[in-house]
This record gives sequence, C-alpha cells and structure tokens, in this order.
Amino acid sequence: MMLATFLQAAIGAALGNTGVAFAAAIAVFGAAFGLGRIGQSAMESIARQPQAAADIRGSMILIGAFMEGVSLLAVIVCLLALYA
Amino acid sequence: MKKFAYILALMLLAALPVVSSEEGELINGTVNRPVNGLVAEQNGAVNEPVSELIGASAGDLVSASVSGLANEPVDEPLDVKGIIFEHLKDSYHWHIITIGKREISLQLPVILYSRVSGWHLFMSGKLNENGSYKNFYITDEGAHAGKLMEILPDGTELKPLDLSFTKVAFGALINSLLLCVIVMFTARWYRHHKSTDPAPKGFVGLMEFLVAMLMDDVIKPSVGKEYRRYAPLLLTIFFFILLSNLMGLIPLFPAGANVTGNIAVTLFLALITFFTVNLFGSREYWREILWPDVPVFLKAPVPLLPIIEIVGIFTKPFALTVRLFANITAGHAIILSLTCVIFITAKMGPVIGTPMTLLSLFFMIFMNFVELIVAYVQAYVFTMLSAVFIGLSRPEHERHNNGEAKVEAAGNNCESHQTKNEITIQNINKLN
Repeated sequence: MMLATFLQAAIGAALGNTGVAFAAAIAVFGAAFGLGRIGQSAMESIARQPQAAADIRGSMILIGAFMEGVSLLAVIVCLLALYA
Repeated sequence: MKKFAYILALMLLAALPVVSSEEGELINGTVNRPVNGLVAEQNGAVNEPVSELIGASAGDLVSASVSGLANEPVDEPLDVKGIIFEHLKDSYHWHIITIGKREISLQLPVILYSRVSGWHLFMSGKLNENGSYKNFYITDEGAHAGKLMEILPDGTELKPLDLSFTKVAFGALINSLLLCVIVMFTARWYRHHKSTDPAPKGFVGLMEFLVAMLMDDVIKPSVGKEYRRYAPLLLTIFFFILLSNLMGLIPLFPAGANVTGNIAVTLFLALITFFTVNLFGSREYWREILWPDVPVFLKAPVPLLPIIEIVGIFTKPFALTVRLFANITAGHAIILSLTCVIFITAKMGPVIGTPMTLLSLFFMIFMNFVELIVAYVQAYVFTMLSAVFIGLSRPEHERHNNGEAKVEAAGNNCESHQTKNEITIQNINKLN
C-alpha cells in the first residue's frame, strides 16, 4: 500500500529526468567502450611497428573525434528532451 | 623562481573567467534583477538619447547601467544553470565587464519586423532592465524563451521576424575580420619573397605548416585532380572554425562570443558543404545515388537503396553540424561548471572550500588545454570530411574497359592504378 503510493509519487515526480540521465549514461558507456577499443588496437599496432607510431597516433586521435561526435549527438538529444 | 612566476601567471589566467563574469551573479548568487521603479529612473539618467539608431552617438553604444540593489541576499543558492546557459546562449547585448555594481556592456542593433507594426530598428540599450521597449519584451518561458516577442494591445503575443545583429553575429564578424587580417599578413610574406628563398619562420612559418599539412594530407588525396578549385573553400572553413573555436575560449572582450557553439553557425557551415557537394556533383555522382550499380530488386519496384542514399545526402551535413556544435558547447559547459564549483564550495566554508578551489582550478586549466586540442581536431575533422564529400561527389574514373567495373574514388591516380592481372603479368615479364 505504502509502496504503491510511493511509486505513484515517484512516477509523477521526475521520471522524465531520470530517463534522460539513464540515456546519457548509456551513450557515454558506448563511447567509452569504443574509445577503449581504439586505444587497444592503437597500442597493439604501435607495439608491432614502433616506427609507424606517429601515423597511428594521428589516426587514433581522428577516430576518437568521430566517436565523441556520435556520443555527443546522444547528449544533444538528451538535452533537448530535458529542456524542450 | 621563474617556474613559480609561470605557475602564478597560469593561475591568474585561469581566474579570468571568474573575474569577467558578472560579479553580481557569482558573488551574490543571483543575477541582479533590480526593482523597476528604482532603477528605471537611474537608467533613464544614464541612457540619454531617445532618438533611434540613425541619430545615435558613440556615447550610447556602451551603456553603463547601475545594476543591483544594496540589499541583495547573500545566502541564495547559486543559479548554476542560469549562469551556464547565459554564457552559452546568444544575447542582444555584449556584456563586457562589471565593475562593482556597474555593468558595462556593448549595445547591439535590434532589427525586428512585425506583421502588425512594421520595421523596428533600435539599439538594445533601449530595452529596459525588465527587457521591454514599445510593445516588445523578452519572454522568460515558453518556446521562445529569451527572445523578443511583441505583445499586442489585446494581449496576444506575436513573434516578430527577428533579424537582430546579436552577440554571435557580431562575434562572427569580428572573427572574419581577424581571419582576413591574419591571412593577408601571411600572404604578404609570399609576395615579398621568391620561391627559392628559405622557408619562413615565426607566425608565417606556422601558417605555412598548417596550410601545407592540410593540402598534402587532406585536400589533395581526398578531392583529387580538381583540388585547386576547392582548396580555398576548404582552407577557409578550416581556419574560420579553428579561429572561432579559439576565440570562444578567451573570455575578454573582442573574443569570447560563443560563435561555433551556436547551432545556426555550424548549420550554415555544413550547408556550405551540402551545396558544394550537391550543386557541383557530377552526373556520375547522381547516377550512383538514384540508380546505383546494384541488383535490380533493390532499385525497383520499391527504390530501397536510392531512398537510403537520399537520406544519406542529408544526414552527412547534419552530422557535421551536430559534431562541431556539441563538442564546442560541451567544452564550454564543462569549464563554466568547474568555475561555478568554486563558488558553490566556497559558501560551504574554508575547510571544504580551499581544497575544492584548488582542485577545480587545476582541473579547469587542464580542461582549457583539452579544449585547445578539441578546437584544432574539430576544425581538422570538419575540413577532412568536407574534402572527402567533395571528392566523392566528383569521381574521376569510371568503368575500366577490361571488364573490371570499378568506379574509382577521386583520390587514386589513374596512371598508377593497375588491376591484379596486369600487375602479375608485369612481374612475370620482369622475371623473364
């Protein structure tokens, strides 16, 4: 009984905001996973061929920028849901 | 001793965002919203001219209004969201500095067209503290929050066509003029030196390094043979985005407008790429979109792949827009939040306040350096993607007549392309 009323209040209160926060967290989780993969393959490639380190570093930064763009797209959607 | 001086200079530099924001809101906790009656007459005394823009003198371009009350409550919670949004959003005036209780800001022209009352042109200082002039006032909530709306005598609200020269527009103009000065200064060196002279040093050397790197690594491989036609456009895009990103990080007057953090500006930059790609795309490009070289069941009766390709025409500039906008806005928001952390924790007493201040300070310095990297990388990524799109829209080589139907991207040099069979035959001939 009390649980039902408590849930009722919680649902009314800020479920939208909670959902937005979860969405942003999931987006960041995806970005972190992807960046970790980029870093892993960059490390392995540099270890295999140290003289290509400069090229690999440049490509890594570039691909990191693309990844950040995708996750920030999700953040923009979350901001829109929060304030509009 | 010298190292200590450097560290001290860095700390003072990091304190600039704090000093340059409105003293009222950061120290007292709220943006000063003075009582109408009290300040209206003081405003009336300071903002002298009643004539419109044509008769404006230099004195009313910079309005120094006395803002704030003497009895501002000190223990109100800090409006962090308001501070951050105010720095990220556009506005009708350009706030420069607040000395004590006086707020000095640059007024900008407001240009409105209303269906009811026609054209209006006035400086934004005419908007009183509560933001109203004639029938126009700045709304606080609703879909058009923060913008000028017209309120008719019968109470209805009407949004006028707002062509005002706002802070972001003025900032973009300043950035463009600065870019012209920089590029012309660089070009001047090349006019006065022969091509056999040693390479330039200093600032011109830096510009040469950037331009040469872009040309060799981005433009020539991606655009292909016609790179000279598109190189000026792509280089301009790169330097404009780079300069605007860097200027957005400096909090002092001519810099500091959040130009690339405004989605209208980035949308316009992406539209440049969109029109360049689609208006100058070759017939081959449009053929690949509308009737691609795939099995017939994907093209007719239901054009699945053409629809996907047409959607792709629009998503690429959209991604360019949002990538640049989101990166720059996120960076600014982080730096502003860290600044606000100092003031929030300062109110909690010196035990929490001091270590949090130091932590926030060093983290803020670090984030500023990260933002420098992000400024360069975002400009580079935008330019590189634009170059790739332009190159893909004008592919150079079509089907090879030895049966290998390969549409080459414009990057490959056709003389050096050989199919595997030809390479094998050549090697066999070399061995013999």
